[in-house]
Amino acid sequence: MGSSEVIIEAKGLTKKFDDFTAVDHISFKVQKGECVGFLGPNGAGKTTTVRMIYCFLPPTGGELTVAGLSVQTQCREIKSIIGVAPQEDNLDPDFTTIKNLTVYARYFDIPKDEALKRADEQLKFFQLEEKREVPIMALSTGMKRRLIFARALLNQPQILLLDEPTTGLDPQARHLVWDEVRHLKKKQVTIILTTHYMDEAEVLCDRILIIDKGKIIEDGKPADLVKKHIGEDVLELDYDERLLPTLQEAFPDARIEKLSDRMQIFTDKPHGVFEGFLKEHPIQNVTIRKANVEDVFLKLTGRGLREE
Amino acid sequence: MSEPNLRKSPARFTIPKLTDRVWKVWRRNFDVFTKTIKVNFLPSLLEPILYLLAFGFGLGGFIPSIQGQSYIAFIAPALVAISVMNGSFFECTFASFVRMYFQKTFDAIVATPVSVEEVVAGELLWGATRATINTTIVLAVVAVFGLISSPLFLIVIPLAFFGGLMFASMAMCFTSVAPNIDFFNFPSFLFLTPMFFLCGTFFPLTSLPSAAQGVAMALPLTHVVNITRGLVSGHLEPILGLSPAVLILVSFAWIIAVTIFFFILSINLMKKRLTS
Repeated sequence: MGSSEVIIEAKGLTKKFDDFTAVDHISFKVQKGECVGFLGPNGAGKTTTVRMIYCFLPPTGGELTVAGLSVQTQCREIKSIIGVAPQEDNLDPDFTTIKNLTVYARYFDIPKDEALKRADEQLKFFQLEEKREVPIMALSTGMKRRLIFARALLNQPQILLLDEPTTGLDPQARHLVWDEVRHLKKKQVTIILTTHYMDEAEVLCDRILIIDKGKIIEDGKPADLVKKHIGEDVLELDYDERLLPTLQEAFPDARIEKLSDRMQIFTDKPHGVFEGFLKEHPIQNVTIRKANVEDVFLKLTGRGLREE
Repeated sequence: MSEPNLRKSPARFTIPKLTDRVWKVWRRNFDVFTKTIKVNFLPSLLEPILYLLAFGFGLGGFIPSIQGQSYIAFIAPALVAISVMNGSFFECTFASFVRMYFQKTFDAIVATPVSVEEVVAGELLWGATRATINTTIVLAVVAVFGLISSPLFLIVIPLAFFGGLMFASMAMCFTSVAPNIDFFNFPSFLFLTPMFFLCGTFFPLTSLPSAAQGVAMALPLTHVVNITRGLVSGHLEPILGLSPAVLILVSFAWIIAVTIFFFILSINLMKKRLTS
């Protein structure tokens, strides 16, 4: 981030649906060129927040500005500089692949020739050239996701909103999407991405907002959050009650978490402490791994299942 | 904050701000229509032919004359009016609902500089266009059967657009509250079917008791039939003591007023549905 120009700012942003508060007085800022990940369990309010940014849903309270424009009054200007790749498939099944792009470009007042040129460039990048004249129904889930991403880039947006862009993609297609996100980051495009894949957030995002029950419960760089909440390393081993006193003695400050037949030991001690411990206590079937964003996420939002 | 109105759900009769972007929505539907043009033309072509054969020649053979004209000549203008109603009503109920609910086409469009109001207005104008296309086909059929006796019949084509806009707007109000697609059976059977039979279509309104004539005059199809009857066959009998010329003027005014009312109402209702 070269500049520190704020491009999206929310102050006390709230969205209520009848009695249910989906987004509850959240405040955040996104800098120009930043890639910010919204992480949260199902129903946390991620998609609702994204939908308010592109004026799909009007806020119930608070303020939200995008490029200095208010989502209450300047929607048309906001939407012209935003690209949206929604979670659900809303491609137009009445058209072919290429026609989906050119009709969509028309909504942005992009002239016909230019639209066709941009559409073909996108099809080429997302490896959909062979499907150019094919009806949408004949595309696989992964192809549809790629086409939705391609469609979001037609207006050459300054801000890109990606709502679960890689759900349902195979690893090849996932990396294609990641490459494109990195490429856009280099071009100073501001990106907000929601995802359930923590590795994706860790790899792509400069900053992460963890959202739960309509509130932002943590905000920071992925590495900083891992350090703050989890530490350096995690020791994973088979659950054995007899080992517990030994472990507690060796790591008095550690958090020990039991997961059915395995347990995890989280410590803020520097890298290498677990190796020392294992030398003294040889244990079978044990792993030392780096702490990651998923550990942070589960610690902060709990392991209980969320239903939408 | 200085914009308190925007925080609340939109009012019922806020005048929508529309730009020429409504035509981009219209154009999307037009593009789909031209792609499937053969399938689209067939029903609107076959239906009036079947009606004219069954009712005009079949049943009409037993009816010597009605208001001084053959039965087939009597029902021809009504078939034109019915095509105005059916073309737009089905487009803005079933077809719009599919685009809104199943295809999420509206969701995709409102992520672009096109507004919700413009999406709905584009759908309404398209519904009116479908009515105009259908009506033109029916008029052609009626002309081939030799049932046009007034050169004024050409005015029916632009009129079909406004009549179509009226039915499209009414249809869109149903769409704005439809919980699922089966819901449209209610307006089809409780609103369209009674109008189909009772609005001076297959028998003169004047054969109904005057109270029933009053009720019929409150239904939109009656007014479209009055105008098509006046313009296509040139034969319009007085209803409730109103002379044909006055009747046509009243029907014009009625259609314009009701169209404006439902056009604005349907856009507001749809906006409410789509943004909350």
